[in-house]
Amino acid sequence: MTDLYTLYQNMVRDDIILSFKGDITQDLLTSVYQIMESHLDTSLEEPRRKKKLYHILVECLQNVYHHMEALKNDTKNTVDEETNSAIFMIARGDETGYRILTGNHIRTANVDDLRNKIDKINAMTHDELRVFYRQQLSATELSDKGGAGLGMIDIARKSGHKIDYSFQPVTDTFSFFSLIVNIN
Amino acid sequence: MENLIIEPSVKTPTINFYADKGILEIKGKSIPENSIEFYRPVYEWLDKYAQSPATATNIIVQLEYFNTSSSKCLLDVFRKLEILQGYGKSTVTVTWMYEEEDEDMMEAGEDYQTIVKLPFTITKMV
Repeated sequence: MTDLYTLYQNMVRDDIILSFKGDITQDLLTSVYQIMESHLDTSLEEPRRKKKLYHILVECLQNVYHHMEALKNDTKNTVDEETNSAIFMIARGDETGYRILTGNHIRTANVDDLRNKIDKINAMTHDELRVFYRQQLSATELSDKGGAGLGMIDIARKSGHKIDYSFQPVTDTFSFFSLIVNIN
Repeated sequence: MENLIIEPSVKTPTINFYADKGILEIKGKSIPENSIEFYRPVYEWLDKYAQSPATATNIIVQLEYFNTSSSKCLLDVFRKLEILQGYGKSTVTVTWMYEEEDEDMMEAGEDYQTIVKLPFTITKMV
């Protein structure tokens, strides 16, 4: 077991204000939104930045939620508890501003699609993202899972930063998808 | 026809749809994980309303936040109103309200304005 004080020091070093590891449920997200709302209510951030942070946070966490739902509804394989578990952190540094970090398992077979999608978004300017968002909004059907393929575009558009991501192989079937979004 | 009144929650907006007055208000936050579930009764109400609408219909969207899952549902609401407009029984207008300095929400209104064939008024809340 990691020394709890070491864990604490690491969280201080990385400016972590909230972290969670486990199953991502709708009730959990409701609580996280409430915690972050009261955090932001008492912070000295300007209202525009607060709204932006909240908006991007919702989109990032729902992205994880929908990835997890996709795994759970996967009938091809039963997914074990650990694979059904995700991590997220919210950090705030004096110089770096807010950062949202999420990590979750996805099927390795889906890695290339997701990578191509994010690379395409990362290569776009703000105006191009706006046009792409409108195209996707009017063209795509909303899937049962609720995702419309718009989440990543929205995150890039609202944050004004490139999406920082990586994939790590876990087993033959699963990879771990890490996402870091900077907001300042 | 009955009005559609839905109280807000942490993740869902206030819905005040008044059939007689033709005033449809969506206010607050719309960030549910499964937005279709929330918007289904809204669609059903609009389908009924389209059978005997008020002569003028004004939808007032006054959202602080909405997620991308809701953005598709909002578009579907506007699509239903486009069809209503096409019947010629009701003149449909959209009032999109955003908080001062909330450029993201103003841009969102402009996004819909380019996609939807209805007259939009995009205005700051006072």
